Parts: sequence; C-alpha cells; structure tokens
Amino acid sequence: MRMGYYPGCSLLGSSREFDESVRAVAAALDLDLVQVPDWNCCGASSAHVLDAKLAAALPARILAQAAEAGLDEVLAPCAACYNRLVSAQQALAKNPAFAEEIAGITGAPAATRVRVLNVLEVLDRLRDTIQARVKTPFGRKVACYYGCLLVRPPRVVAFDRPEDPRSMDLLAEAAGAVPLPWSHKTECCGASFSVTRTDIVAKLSGRVLDAAVKAGAEAVLVACPMCQSNLDMRRPEINAHLGRELDIPVLYITQALGLALDLDPEKLGLHRHMVPAMPARA
Amino acid sequence: MSRIGVFTCHCGENIGATVDCAKVAECTRSVPGVVHSVDYKYMCSDPGQTMIKEAIKEHGLTGVVVAACSPRMHEPTFRAAVAQAGLNPYLCEMANLREHCSWVHEKGEVTTEKAADLVRVMVEKVKHNQPLHPIKVPVTKRALVLGGGIAGIQAALDIADAGHQVVLVEKSPSIGGHMSQLSETFPTLDCSQCILTPRMVEAARHPNITLMTYSELEKLEGFIGNFKATIRRKARKIDEKLCTGCGLCIQKCPQKKIKDEFNEGLGNRTAIYVPFPQAVPNKPVIDTANCTFFKAGKCKVCEKMCPTGAIRYEQEDELVTLEVGALVLATGFKVMRTDKFPEYGYGQDPDILDGLQFERLASASGPTLGAMKRPSDGKEPETVVFLACSGSRDRSKGVPYCSKICCMYTAKHAMLYRHKVHHGKAVVFYMDIRSGGKDYDEFVRRAIEEDDVQYVRGRVSRIYRDGDKLVVKGADTLQGGAPVEVRADMVVLATAVQSQDGSEELAQKLHVSYDPYHFFAESHPKLKPVETNTAGIYLAGACQAPRDIPETVAQASGAAAKVAALFARDELTREPVVAVVNRLPAPQFSYCVGCFLCQSACPYQAIEQEEIKGRDGSVLKVVAKVNAGLCQGCGTCVATCRTKAIDIQGFSNEQIFAELMTL
Repeated sequence: MRMGYYPGCSLLGSSREFDESVRAVAAALDLDLVQVPDWNCCGASSAHVLDAKLAAALPARILAQAAEAGLDEVLAPCAACYNRLVSAQQALAKNPAFAEEIAGITGAPAATRVRVLNVLEVLDRLRDTIQARVKTPFGRKVACYYGCLLVRPPRVVAFDRPEDPRSMDLLAEAAGAVPLPWSHKTECCGASFSVTRTDIVAKLSGRVLDAAVKAGAEAVLVACPMCQSNLDMRRPEINAHLGRELDIPVLYITQALGLALDLDPEKLGLHRHMVPAMPARA
Repeated sequence: MSRIGVFTCHCGENIGATVDCAKVAECTRSVPGVVHSVDYKYMCSDPGQTMIKEAIKEHGLTGVVVAACSPRMHEPTFRAAVAQAGLNPYLCEMANLREHCSWVHEKGEVTTEKAADLVRVMVEKVKHNQPLHPIKVPVTKRALVLGGGIAGIQAALDIADAGHQVVLVEKSPSIGGHMSQLSETFPTLDCSQCILTPRMVEAARHPNITLMTYSELEKLEGFIGNFKATIRRKARKIDEKLCTGCGLCIQKCPQKKIKDEFNEGLGNRTAIYVPFPQAVPNKPVIDTANCTFFKAGKCKVCEKMCPTGAIRYEQEDELVTLEVGALVLATGFKVMRTDKFPEYGYGQDPDILDGLQFERLASASGPTLGAMKRPSDGKEPETVVFLACSGSRDRSKGVPYCSKICCMYTAKHAMLYRHKVHHGKAVVFYMDIRSGGKDYDEFVRRAIEEDDVQYVRGRVSRIYRDGDKLVVKGADTLQGGAPVEVRADMVVLATAVQSQDGSEELAQKLHVSYDPYHFFAESHPKLKPVETNTAGIYLAGACQAPRDIPETVAQASGAAAKVAALFARDELTREPVVAVVNRLPAPQFSYCVGCFLCQSACPYQAIEQEEIKGRDGSVLKVVAKVNAGLCQGCGTCVATCRTKAIDIQGFSNEQIFAELMTL
C-alpha cells in the first residue's frame, strides 16, 4: 500500500520518536510512505486564531502539493496537523468563493479529493495484519489516551466515537496488550500551554496520569505529539503538582506496536523519552 | 334527458368580490341540459337551501350543481337539502368557486370565465351521476385494549362502564404497567400503587372485562366494527383455575438470582414468580429460560410443593380468536438505557441509575424496601446528582424530542431523596425546567425552595469513578459556563422516553401510522388526537408520545368515549364513495381478468378474491371483489387496473372523461 506522509514540524523536532516509530512500523507492515514534497507548516497552534485566510492557505498548500505528487491519501500523524488539514479542507469544500480566494494565494487549486488520515485511522485498516505479525505480545495493562483532538469534533473528524473512542484500544489489544476502561480517554492534557503555562499543564495532565494509574495501567499509550510531550516532558511539574512520584511511561501507540512486532527499540525511538520507557523485555 | 339546476353562491364577498356570479349563472343557463340557473348571496343559508329544494320540485330537476365553497365544508349541507326534496343526495355535486377560483385569482373577466368553466365541468359530471346508497356495516360491540398499564386499564374500565364487553390484553404476567413501578407520583406525592391497585382490582373484577395477561396480539384482520383478532396466550405453565396464589412454589424455587424486571434489575426473583406482590392476577408464571427443570430436566420442586397440583410443565401457548369492533392501543413506553451514554460511565457502574431504577430504589416495595441505599455497597448516599435530558432534546446522540415527564420526576426524585436522607445533598443538572401542568411549577419550586435541592443549569460532560465517589463534571451556564465538579455517591440519569420495543412491527400489523421514533401517529395532531388513520383503532397514553399520568388517563377516557360512541350504533353507515368491480352478463361476467394487481396496490387490504361458479359448482373465473367496509375510496386500484374493471362510485371513468371533454 502506498500513501502520502506529512510529518509536520513536531515530528522532526520534539517528537522525533513518533516519526521514527511510524516509519518503522509502516515499513514492517509493508506500508509505503511517500513524504509530501516541499511541505510547509500547517499553522497548527496559532494560525487559526490569528488569520482565517492564513489558517486555510497553509494546509491548502500542503494538500495541493500532495495532489500534485499524485497522492490520494495523506497520513498526518500529529493530531493538531491532522485537525488543521481536515478542518481547512472542509472549509474550502463548503465555500467555493473562499476556496478560489485561497487558490489565488497558494497558486494551486484546492485539493478537495486528497483524503487526510490520522495514525489510528491508518493502523485500524492494518489491524488484521498487525495481529497476524505480532511476535512478542505487548502483555501490559495500558490506558489508551486519545486526547481532545484526535477524534473530535465529530462533524469534522467523522472517525471513531467522540466521547468514548475505541480504535486505539482495539489496536493495543491486537498487539497483545490489555486496554483498560478508564475515565480520562478524551480529557485535555493542556495541549498548547506546554511552554507558556506549565502550571495548567501540570494540573490537567496530572489528572490524566492520576486516572490512568488509578485504573491500574502500566503504561499510557498516545497518538498525539502534544499529549506525549506534556505527559512525559512535564513529569517533574506534574509530580510536584500531585505531590507524589509517578513513573508510568508514556508511549506512542506505534512504539507499542513496534515492540510487539519485534522491532529494535532504538529504531522506535524508545530511548528518547524523559520518563524511562525502555521495556524490560520478557 | 337531464334536467340540471345550477345554484351559484356569492359566499358573501369570498366569491362575489372576485367573480361576477350573476354572469356565471347567466352563461350556465345555456348549457345543454340545464333548465334552471340562479345566483344568491349565501346558498348555504336557510333561504338558499329552500331555493334549491323548491327548484327541484318546480322544475323536476334530475341533478343539482352548487357552485360555492369547498365540498369539504358544505357538501353534506347541500346533499341533505337535495335529499329532503326527494332527490338522491348523490345527484348533487359542488363546483369549488372559492378555493379553486376566487381566492387564488384577481378580479376580472378571465376569472369569471374560469368560474363558468368549473360549473360547466360539474354539470357534465352530474349528467353521468347515478343514485348511490349508503353502505351499512354491522358492529361487533366488543373492544380490544392492547396494553395493561394505566392507559389500558382506564380505557377498559370506561368502555366496560358504558356497558360494553372489553378484552384487556397485556404481554407481561400482570397488569399495572410502569405506573405500578413508580414510588410516589408528582405533584401530590401520593403513593403510585395506592391509587393504581384499586383500579387494577376493579378491572379484574369487572363483569364486562376479560383479562388476558401474559398474552400478545398475533394478528388482526377486518375493519371498523368487524375486526378479527388472534391473540397468543403464552403458556404460564400453571393451571390458573387451580392455582390459589399461595406462593409456596415461589418460596421454594431454587433459582433465586434472576434479574428482576419489575425492579429494573436492582433485585432478584425466582424462576417461578409473580412480578410484584399486588400483581393482578396474582398467579405465577414459570420463566422457562431460567427454570432448572426446563434447562436441566431435573428439579420440579414447585410441582412437589404446590398444594393444589396446579403446575403444568407441558402447557403450550394457545391461540385465541376474537371478534371485536374496536381497538385501543395503549402499549406504553420504555426508557433509554444508560449504556447509550459512554461518557457517563458506560451504563456499567452500578451507582449510575436511570429514572425507573430510582423509582424502585425509593419504593416501599422495592429491593431496599424504600431505604436509600446505593446499589454498589448498600451505603446511604450522601450526595446524589440527577441529570435531566439524558438523551432527550439531544439531536447528536439521543432523540430530538422532549421527554416531557423528566423535569417533574427529577424534582420528585430529588425531593424523595431529601425526605429520606435529611442531611444529604441533591444536585440537579438541567437544560431548562418544563413544568407546565396544574400545580407542576409549584412542585418544582417546592423542591428548590423548601427541600433545598440545588439546581444547576448546564449539561454534564463526563461522569467517572474515582474510588468511592463518582465525579460529575459539568458546566454552570448561568455563571458563564463555569466548570462545576460534584463528587457524588450516586447518579440518576433522567433518560429519554422511547417507544416500546416492537411498536414498529405492531403498527405495521395494525396498519397504523407511526413517527420516525416509532410512536403511533394520531389522525390529526389537534382535532383527532385519539384516533388513528385506521378507522376503529384508537390511541391512549405514552404509545403515542411521552406523557404523564393525568394526561394518559384523560386520553384513555377520550379513546373509551370514541369506542362507546361507535358501539352506540347497531350499524355503521359509510359513504358509498368506494370502489366496485364491474359485473357483466355471462359469458364475460366481468372485465376483471383476475390479475390481482389491485390487491397488492390497495393500502387498506380491501380487495378480496371472489370465485364465479357455474351451475355445476365449477369455478368459471376468479375476480376481484371490494370489501366496502375496508375501502377508503382512494382510487389506487382504479389506476392499477389494466382492464378498467374497477371504478370508484361517483368518480367513474365516464364521469371524469365527461368533465375533461367539457374543457
């Protein structure tokens, strides 16, 4: 299977391990990822609150590039990128006049046919393959954390259930893990306050981790770079806020799958986490 | 030769201001066959009608055309007048000069010409009219009431009190319905069972009421006044005549852990059981799915214990056929289950209840005997959160309609809780309070002001368990959407009222319309609220829409009144505007070739098959036959018939062609 790939800025920087694990798992599942040529920033955290045209034009250019490269589908692993790409695409499809205006800015017609997929959507299609190729079952109790962005808002995303998503749980199960029912699957981690208001992040992410630990999880699985960095990188602040030390590791779903597929932990970027996540291999 | 009289009405200014009525009368006078044509300001008035009657006698009219308003309005008036003058009423027709002309056009010559054309069309039709005679159908004076809740009980009692026979069919082992499950009722806080059980007993004892519990309607055929109902009496596996209801079998049954439907799963029952202590009839049934004997072939404890030898393991379902004249549908409602709300804890947390479960918890006959104990550990809850509109008025995940009763029962629940746990805290999350009804708003105010129930306007986004507590997260929209977090011991969801399971199939079985949510549809939302589109079938209670007890009882009495009015007559008279299949002399007998396309097209099941037999009794031909009792005169069969063998009386092909050829 051949598919476009839009890593976005975070997967080249703070979340390198997500990029590494997505690529490694894709290769192991015979998924041919073709990077969108000359891609640009999607404008994720700030464009949509500053300038509606800019917020549409940035994703529009990325999609136009993909269309030009002959890509029908593009995987955007970062939840924020994914959300921006889909939202902008829908805004353009709904309003032809606006789409024309944006086309004037980007210099290319709106690529409304290119389908943008998030990482769960893509892996969901490959679930049977994953299950068949598991070598070392990931036999841990896990809390699958979707965050607030990955499956919402439903009218934009139209994937999985908005209040109680199941796709990551089913993937974890396919990899041999035991996904737990827990309360904070779709609560906010404090997302974009990661840098500016660490106190808010400590409070919100603290609640998420606390709930996961109380539910009996041995690891938290995520599919969003912001969730991961907040839960992992801000652990000292979280611990200070909670007043106790939590050492639960936060893994990308792709890392968990990679381990189950017996891929090299280094290639999955497991050594890059702040909270040690290198598994004691059974 | 026809002698037609034309009577053009001004309808005050309704027609007169736009159409030159005198001119219409004038130019109609010269139409062949017309012997008399006049105009008048109000034809429907007494002098107007007298004009028609006198003209019939004076001119020996063979047909009458009244050019006036809609036939919907005054056709019966003019037909009656014509009949009084000795002419068959179906030789009178109306030309609609109001809705079809004066109301939709400007004043002018063209408008007057159109009016004259409309009159000419009807004159040609009347020339082809035949005298018709009303159809008489007999009435079976026995009613069938489906559903033994308060709606069905009330309807049955009212019909029975009017002196008619009633068969009350209830699918569960006892009558009583949801009302028997309720603890107290709003706005009086009187005990639900205390006011209901006397009515249940009355229904059981009434000489005109036959109770068929643990029974379901299998099939319904026929038409108003003449239905044939097939009812399945499910096997109770006991002999009802021998059983005295002593309850020994129930005490000794070894299966004691079956989820109790009457207690909404909060309690347990045995495999041989009565649903609740005041059940009517107070005779047990064996739940064969859970009975040790039926599952494993051994046990028979109940048979050994029974002092009267009433147990009948071999008993089978029985089909009973009944002739009835009318039907009252009172099949009630169900509540949406809490597992529809994944964000509210999957419906798996034992301390998250729905409204009916809370009723059982608060009821003196409930699993805790009325003590406030939460299901998980039996502790008295210190804080209880009530969520109104769980699934109601929620287009994205639930149903768009308002469930109507939840505002009131939520206030009641909160009050009952506060009355039982004086130091407890009751919090109600609501969208807005809909307490329209006598003493209803006062009741809600009382909950807030006297019983200190805390009302928070806003929706709840999530409920999850944190150790011993349930965390309820919501927003207070009266404080700008400020987040509210309540740590509760128990949560009660006022889940949406929904139509009863299987109501779609039942509606199709009875040919009754239903809405997208499978509630049965009334014939007219304002003026025919208890009738359905099928004559002789009436509605009562929450099977039509969410409804509280007073409204249900009122509607049930309304439906009963309709049935009583129907049964007041020995025969029903029906308009003869129905389909007929032509008959010809031998050897054709009829143009009908017996393809029966009309039978599959007829929406009222009015087409039957008829054999035409020779003298020796051999079948010469099978042709269609219209059951005049069922036919509604819609004309679908006429359009379908390939050999033009069917006509609607009063709208025959000849009549329609005559109208068209005039233009």
